[in-house]
Amino acid sequence: MSARGYSELPVGPVILDAGNSRLLKTGAWRTINRPVFKEENCSQCLLCWLFCPDMAVRVEDGKVVGFDYEYCKGCGVCAQECPGKKGQKAIAMEEEKK
Amino acid sequence: MAAELQLKELAQRKVLLAPGHRLCAGCGAPIVAKMVLLAASDYPVVAASPTGCLEVSTCISDYTAWEIPWIHSAFENAAATLAGVETMYRALKKKGKIDKEIKFIAIAGDGGTYDIGIQSLSGAMERGHDLLYVCYDNGAYMNTGIQRSGATPLGADTTTSPAGSVIPGKTQRRKDLTKIMAAHNITYTAQASPSHWSDLLKKVSKAVSMKGPKFINVITPCHRGWRARVEDTILLARLAVQTCYWPLYEVENGITRVTYKPREKKPIEEFLKLQGRFKHLFAPENEWIIKQFQEDIDREWERLLKEESLYA
Repeated sequence: MSARGYSELPVGPVILDAGNSRLLKTGAWRTINRPVFKEENCSQCLLCWLFCPDMAVRVEDGKVVGFDYEYCKGCGVCAQECPGKKGQKAIAMEEEKK
Repeated sequence: MAAELQLKELAQRKVLLAPGHRLCAGCGAPIVAKMVLLAASDYPVVAASPTGCLEVSTCISDYTAWEIPWIHSAFENAAATLAGVETMYRALKKKGKIDKEIKFIAIAGDGGTYDIGIQSLSGAMERGHDLLYVCYDNGAYMNTGIQRSGATPLGADTTTSPAGSVIPGKTQRRKDLTKIMAAHNITYTAQASPSHWSDLLKKVSKAVSMKGPKFINVITPCHRGWRARVEDTILLARLAVQTCYWPLYEVENGITRVTYKPREKKPIEEFLKLQGRFKHLFAPENEWIIKQFQEDIDREWERLLKEESLYA
């Protein structure tokens, strides 16, 4: 958010910009691992989308297409909960490359 | 709307909690808040949160993660604040100044619900305000550094009930807030878990469609406070349900129904052993606490099943 003069600020402790936390890219928090999507093992159950605490699973037309690394904090809940297909998970946690 | 909520359909909707919030990686609270907002997304929603992890992390300085009108109240009065908003809404509706069907939801932690906020919650429920109060119960004051709360289970190591040579963690049992709320004889009381997401979504969507005061208590693992692995958030919630530590049930207009019965009740050790806050319970001198823990769970579960059978 750019600097604003006092006269431009809303009166009282009010934020009029709903969802402006998007400006804060929490993906920078990821230190060890990042999730990697393996489409061939995905059954499109959408559980990763539902369980992601950071709304960082990208869904297009009702299908998981990958991750939003700008916000993913690398917790690994998605990979842990992924049921995958035939015992093969569709999400793997791989080492973060610096 | 009480129809089955399909993930395929829900995934088309906008999640009303934006990314960029500063809750820990793997935190359970945004998962619960997200599910609640998704299940209620048939209506415009106005929400309130008292001080707590969810509040401080979703609203820092002039950034907010909420995509809906949301109020931060003081620690003790989320229910009273929202009750005031709901009353104003009713007054404006009566005057014909508003015609939308708006739903009111408070989302609060266990500190702001079990302890500090219980008087305002009890009052709002008793006065019959048309609102849903969701408690995300992580079992301590996690936001300020893991101090014990009324929701902290027996034997848990917290910074104000430290396990050591003097005491074996918290020496008191947790209070059963869901039962306390059911005793208010309100429209709807339920207990849910994010691991059993379909059950949780159904309960929230049912609650918002009903008139009157509603309360849902949701177990919300906190890996920092529970001293658990970051990725085990949902797994821990599932184990809490499968061990019957956190039974899933609802009390609708006075009638109790258990919504999930595990085929095989797991021993409580399976839930405890993954958490560092219970590590000391596995020492021989503390075995009695685990025994006590299991007995409490067994008795409560039996009681719940009997209560359900009264209405079957």
